[in-house]
Amino acid sequence: MPAVSDAVWSEHDTTPDAIADALRELLIARHGENAGYVPARVLNMIVFVEHAWSGEVANRLRGVGRYHASRTVVLSHEPRRESLDAVVSIASDEDPRPDAVTPLRETVIVEIGDRHLDDLATIADPLVVSDLPTLLWSPHGHHEALAALLGLGQAALVDSIEEPVWRDAIDRATRLSEEVYVVDLAWLRSTPWRERIAGTFHPLARRSGLSSLCGVTVRHHPASTVAAMLLIGWLASRLHWQLERSEIDTGGDGGVLMGSARPAADKLRDGDGGGGREIALRLEVDPTMPVPGLAGVELRSCSDLLVRLDRGTGGLRAHRREPDGHERTWTVLGASRGEAGILGEGIRQALLRDPTYTPALMAAHALLP
Amino acid sequence: MSATVVAEPRNPLVAGLERQPVAPTTLVIFGATGDLARRKLLPAIYNLAHDGALPERFQLVGVSRKEKEHADYRAECEQAIRAYSRRTPDDQVLKRLLEDVRYVPGTFDDSAMYAKVGEVLDGFDEQAGERLHRAFYLSTAPSFFEVIVGQLGGSGLSRRSNTEVRVIIEKPFGTSLQEARKLNHRVLSVFDESQVFRIDHYLGKETVQNMLAFRFANGMFEPLWNRNYIDHVQITAAEDIGIEGRAAYYDKAGALRDLIQNHMLQLLCHVAMEPPGSFTAEEVRNEKVKVLHAIPAPVPEQIGEMAVRAQYAAGHVGGEDVVGYLEEPDIPSDSITETYAALRLEVDNWRWAGVPFYLRAGKRLARKVTEIAVTLKPVPHLAFSQDGSLGVQPNQLILTVQPNEGVTLQLGAKIPGTRMSIRPVNMEFLYGTSFLSQSPEAYERLITDAMRGDPTLFTRNDEVEAQWEICDPVLATWAQTPGQLPSYEAGSQGPTEANDILLEGDAWRAI
Repeated sequence: MPAVSDAVWSEHDTTPDAIADALRELLIARHGENAGYVPARVLNMIVFVEHAWSGEVANRLRGVGRYHASRTVVLSHEPRRESLDAVVSIASDEDPRPDAVTPLRETVIVEIGDRHLDDLATIADPLVVSDLPTLLWSPHGHHEALAALLGLGQAALVDSIEEPVWRDAIDRATRLSEEVYVVDLAWLRSTPWRERIAGTFHPLARRSGLSSLCGVTVRHHPASTVAAMLLIGWLASRLHWQLERSEIDTGGDGGVLMGSARPAADKLRDGDGGGGREIALRLEVDPTMPVPGLAGVELRSCSDLLVRLDRGTGGLRAHRREPDGHERTWTVLGASRGEAGILGEGIRQALLRDPTYTPALMAAHALLP
Repeated sequence: MSATVVAEPRNPLVAGLERQPVAPTTLVIFGATGDLARRKLLPAIYNLAHDGALPERFQLVGVSRKEKEHADYRAECEQAIRAYSRRTPDDQVLKRLLEDVRYVPGTFDDSAMYAKVGEVLDGFDEQAGERLHRAFYLSTAPSFFEVIVGQLGGSGLSRRSNTEVRVIIEKPFGTSLQEARKLNHRVLSVFDESQVFRIDHYLGKETVQNMLAFRFANGMFEPLWNRNYIDHVQITAAEDIGIEGRAAYYDKAGALRDLIQNHMLQLLCHVAMEPPGSFTAEEVRNEKVKVLHAIPAPVPEQIGEMAVRAQYAAGHVGGEDVVGYLEEPDIPSDSITETYAALRLEVDNWRWAGVPFYLRAGKRLARKVTEIAVTLKPVPHLAFSQDGSLGVQPNQLILTVQPNEGVTLQLGAKIPGTRMSIRPVNMEFLYGTSFLSQSPEAYERLITDAMRGDPTLFTRNDEVEAQWEICDPVLATWAQTPGQLPSYEAGSQGPTEANDILLEGDAWRAI
C-alpha cells in the first residue's frame, strides 16, 4: 500500500539521540497539522541490511499491505562508511478523515559503516519505542548482526529457505529459537497446508484416520526443502511420531529425501503391531513449482485411504481416494498470499505465539540425515 | 446398569492454528436476493473463501421468490461481492466459489420448494460422498420466520442423522414480548435450542468482544467496577443518517426496537455482567441473562420519568439541509414512530444497585458514534482551588465501539504554569493504532461460528425474551399515549426532553 503522506527529516553525521529527537518533533508537527494523525504503536522492527540490498528490502517491505511495523529502523550497512547518516520519514496510508484517526508509521534509515558494527545495539536502542515488542530481521544472512541485536528483540524473523544449505537453516533456527521467538517464513508458507490437513481429519468420523497414517509425501519448490521438513516435523510432533532414519537420493529431478517414523512407544494403539506401524516419509523436489513453498502433500493410511492436496487456482486442489477405490476431487477455496503476503504475515506473527513451531522444528531437526 | 462415556478423540492438528476447522457444510440462504444477502452475507462468504476460512467443502444455495436460473443468480452474487466486499476479489477464488452455487425459486410457504431444496442438498452430499452439515440462514422479512421454520420442520429438513442442522435467524426476533415468545415457541417446536443461532451482529464486532477482554483480562478496573466507585453509565448509539430508504421497516420498528432492544441491551450486559467462570457459550450467556433479569421491568406509571421518545425535524447535517422524519418519502405524515429513544434503567443487584444506566439511540443526530461512557464518582475532597481550572470533572472511562474504536480514560491534569489549575486530559488507546490486523466484518465471524456450532456470540431464547420484558412495557405505554411526539432538530444533540430522565447532577455527554 503506497504511503500518501510523508514528513521527512535527514541529517549527515548524526547521532541516535538526534534521530530520536527528530522523530518526536516530526510526530508533534504532524499531530499539530491534523489532530487525526496519531502514531501507530504496535511493533518495532529492526532490519539489518547491506546498503546494496536496501532498495530491494524497501520494496519487499512496501508490499506487505497493512502489516507494517509501526516503527521500522533500517540499519543499512556500507563497509567503508565513516559517518552515521539518517533519514526519518513519517507516513500514513490515507489522508485524514473527519472524526476518524489516521495512524502514522515511522521509518528510520540509518546508514552505518564497519566501524559501527560493534555498537549496533546502542545505535538501535534509542530509536525503538519502549514497551513495544521488537522484531529483528536480517534478510541476507549477517547472523553476527542479528546476534548483536538479540538483546533488543522479542522475536526474530527468518526465512529458512534463504539459507544455501538447508541443514544449516534448521540448525540455525533451532539455536535461535532457544534465545528468542522465531517467526520463520518457511513455516508460514505451510500454514494453508496445515490448516487443510487439520480440516481434513477434523470431522469426528475421519479423526481416527490420523492414527492409521502409513505414508506422507511432500512435494516442494527446489529451494523449499526446509518448508517441507517443517511440515513433516509438524505432523510428527503433533501425532507423536518418532523419526527413525532419513536418507537422500539425489537422482532424478532434484533429489528426494526419504525417511520413516513410528508412533512413540507410549502412543501405540490397537492395530499398530508390536513395534508400531512404520510411516514412510518422502520429500520430493518439484522442479515445475514456480514460487517458493510447497507444491503438494499426500497422506496415505494403512487401510488405503489416500488424501492429496495440490496447489491450484483459487485454492488447493483436494483429491480423496477411499479404501474401496472411489475417488473425488474438489477445490478447497483460498487465495494465494504471494511472497509479499507471507512477509506481512511474518510481521504480524511477531505479535502472536505459535506453540507448534518449535516442536515441529525439533522434529525436523531429528529428520536431518 | 451403567453407561460408559467415551470421550471424543481430540484433533491434535488444530493446536496453534489461528483458524479452527469448520466441518463441511452447505449454507442455504432464504431471502438470497435481498439487501442483507447482497451487502453483507455474500461479501462475508467471499472474504471467508479468500482467507481459506470456509469448510474444506462448502456449498451455497440461494432461495428466494423470484424465478431465475442458477447462472443468473451466480451473476448477481458476483456483482454483489464485487460491489460490497471489503477487499478486491481474487478472480480465481471468486470463480471457484460461485461455480457450484445453486438457486431455488419459490414462495416460503410452498412445501414443494422445500422438497427442491432437499434435492439440491442431497445432490451435494452425494457429490461429496458424505453428509455435509446444513445451515439455513433466514435473511428474510421477520414475518416469514415462522413460516420457513415450520416448513423446514414439515419437510424433514430440520433434523438428519449424523448431520448437524442449524438455523440462523436474523434480527428482529419479534416486535414485542408476545411475538418473541410465540416465535421462540414455534422455532423450538422444530429445532433444539442448540440448533438455533439468533443473530445480533453487534456481538460479532471486534470492539464489542474486546469489552470482555478489557473487563476480564485487566485487574485494574475490576476493583472499581461497582456501585462504590461508578456514578452512572451512558450508552449511546447515535447516527447522523436518516432512514435511508428503509421507511417500510423503520416506521414499524422505531429506535427502541431497532437499536435498544437488542444491540444496546447487549452492550449494557457486557458492562454489567459478572465474570464468567469460563469463556464458554453457556457461561457467558448465563451471566448476561442474569443482568437482564436484574433490570426491573418498567411499570406504566414510571415510564414518563425513565423513557423519552422523539422525532427528528428538518435541520442541517454535514452542511446539508435535511428534511424532518414526517417529510421523508413513504413515511405517513401522522407517524408517531420514534427516531430517538432514551431510557434510564437500573440493575438491581449487589454490584450495581443505585447506579443509573442511561441508554439513548437516535437518527439524524450531530454525528455517528456508538460508545459506553462510565462516569466515576467525584473525589471526596478537592484540595485544589477551582479558580482558574477548566472544571475538575469526575473521571470517565469511554469505550468507543465506532467510529474510533478504542478506550479513553479522562483524567484531571495540571495546566502548565505557576498555579495549581486542573483540566481534563485524555489517555487514549485506539484500536486502529495498536493492531496490525484489519478487523473482519462481524458477519464473517458469525457465519463461521454458526457453521462451527459455537453459539457464544448469538442470543439465546431466554435472553431475547428478557430483552423484550424490559422494552415491551415502554412500547406498550407509548402506543397508548396519543399525540405528537417531541421533536429535535436534525443534526442536533437530540431532544431537550432527554434531560428529564437524568437523575440530579447527571448530564448527557456531547454526541
